Amino acid sequence: MSIFRELWRYMRARRKYWLLPVMVVMVLVGGLLVLAKGSAIAPFIYTLF
Amino acid sequence: MRVLGLSAFYHDSAAALVEDGCIAAAAQEERFTRRKHDARFPRSAIAWCLGSAGIAPGDIDHVAFYDKPFLKFERLLETYLAFAPRGFESFRMAMPVWLREKLYLKKLLLDELRTLDPGVDWSQRLLFSEHHLSHAASAFYASPFDRAAVLTLDGVGEWATTSLAHGEGANLSITREIHFPHSIGLLYSAFTYYTGFRVNSGEYKVMGLAPYGQPRYAQRILDHLIDLKPDGSFRLDMQYFNYCTGLTMTNDRFHQLFDGPPRTPESLLTQREMDLAASIQAVTDEVMIRLSRSVAAETGHRNLCLAGGVALNCVANGKVLRDGHFDQVWIQPAAGDAGGALGAALAAWHLHLGQPRPPRADGEDRMQGAFLGPEYAQADIERRLQAMGARMQVLDETGLTEATAGLLAGEKAIGWFQGRMEFGPRALGARSIIGDARSPKMQSVLNLKVKFRESFRPFAPSVLAEDVSEWFDLDRPSPYMLIVADVAAGRRREMTAAESALFGIEKLNVVRSEIPAATHVDYSARIQTVHAGTNPRYHALISAFKARTGCPVVVNTSFNVRGEPIVNTPEDAFRCLMGTDIDALAIGNCLLLKSDQDPALQARYETTFEQD
Repeated sequence: MSIFRELWRYMRARRKYWLLPVMVVMVLVGGLLVLAKGSAIAPFIYTLF
Repeated sequence: MRVLGLSAFYHDSAAALVEDGCIAAAAQEERFTRRKHDARFPRSAIAWCLGSAGIAPGDIDHVAFYDKPFLKFERLLETYLAFAPRGFESFRMAMPVWLREKLYLKKLLLDELRTLDPGVDWSQRLLFSEHHLSHAASAFYASPFDRAAVLTLDGVGEWATTSLAHGEGANLSITREIHFPHSIGLLYSAFTYYTGFRVNSGEYKVMGLAPYGQPRYAQRILDHLIDLKPDGSFRLDMQYFNYCTGLTMTNDRFHQLFDGPPRTPESLLTQREMDLAASIQAVTDEVMIRLSRSVAAETGHRNLCLAGGVALNCVANGKVLRDGHFDQVWIQPAAGDAGGALGAALAAWHLHLGQPRPPRADGEDRMQGAFLGPEYAQADIERRLQAMGARMQVLDETGLTEATAGLLAGEKAIGWFQGRMEFGPRALGARSIIGDARSPKMQSVLNLKVKFRESFRPFAPSVLAEDVSEWFDLDRPSPYMLIVADVAAGRRREMTAAESALFGIEKLNVVRSEIPAATHVDYSARIQTVHAGTNPRYHALISAFKARTGCPVVVNTSFNVRGEPIVNTPEDAFRCLMGTDIDALAIGNCLLLKSDQDPALQARYETTFEQD
């Protein structure tokens, strides 16, 4: 749970509350991908991601 | 008080220890794990840093990480959002990594730190520095300057790709930034990819290839890819790039603009790749020069510090220096992400803890010649080499110097392993392979039989600092091999008409100067000045070579084969001796001749490393 607390503190510090719904949707979709794929290989351009 | 700086999880993990504001130790993880650009948590580098200082993990007062993962995640999400629905493929690849690992980076760091000492509350000691602030701190605080403008340029950190900072005393503040996706580092990497080299390691090759070509695409780059303003600020036209949404750097529109698909890696290099390399190098030079001019005008400073991966572009650095808008230019030798570990620690010391800069000798930087890594005592070297089955002579220091100088003068390739290992990507005479710069055959021997790498790649000269201006068009120190300048006119050899007419790689075998092995096809050289104060043994060796030959210049390349991290231990060095055509190894006071070794110990191993 501490990760959510930290993300919330970060959004407050950056004043980027609008990121919350984006984050929720992306994390949900991303979570599905994790479950579906089961692999976590960094993309080709690893400096960026 | 002690601060441990860390970089990890992207590329070039490293640890750096700052004690009471002084740089005590710094090393890259790859040197210990033997995996090039190792991105894993730098356990070995930390263990070595602590061991060298004789301290326990609990003695560390603060741990400073070199960037801010949430800001990076923010950039990722905003980029995907901006380009949606394009980018799903990249999103699909990146999200699992983030959701499983990178989002919990703080926890990951704390878990790793707890393995060092479970009794310490590391959460109270862990700090995070922004990526470009880490770079800027590594440049300014380690520099010899009390006041300076600081320019940092790289691929991307969190958001920033280019930053301008102002440093004065212990204060350092970033005043302007250019943000992702507009990045000179990524533009250069796009051409690295397009010319068939590996992003993040092949950029040196593009820089080395550039002098073989003509910048005939430079205007096309300026017309289409980058909107470069007079003050050096820029925007990229993202229609031509794929790195925001895809898994490659460039897209079809880019390929059409430059008349064809990317070169297949390891395929034959043509004049086209050489011209592309020359073109992107010319554009990078122009960006750097314009940025540095506007920084000089804006800040009024006469000193400039540079860091970030683009600051390893020593050709552009040389042009900035010669442009004359700054009296002095100092470049952090570990300008890439490994140096971020050092910068994070220095930023924590000066900015978070509010400590003043320690006193230093006038004009001297705080990097100690970049010799900040492991070293081995003579008895330990002998024990390790004997265990490997090596046959050696043990000499006194003068005897070793004279014997090595004699071998050098006889055109032998020598592994030179002395003192503390370098921090940063360049070998500076502690873990180097050296040769006679006067020898016309040395470049191809070193490239093809020792390093097993592409024949076009140039080698750098190490020159006695006091002789630099007699041999090169340079009137100041360049201890970190980060300035390119021309071989002095009086040392050059005029080309015949037939030689001048040669194109591209055909130019390679033409003897162009008194030191052909270290003279690139455009008469340039990536100069390292050698100083008695920071590297006395290397200085003594080149002095002995000069006494024999009249030439104070040797060729210096990193002690490794292609794709291998620079050697760290005596065992690594002996393995390299036995796996390549190096003729001799001078390590501590031990001299090993290849011809004396047991042939049964010879083992080629270059294929065990992934090609860079």
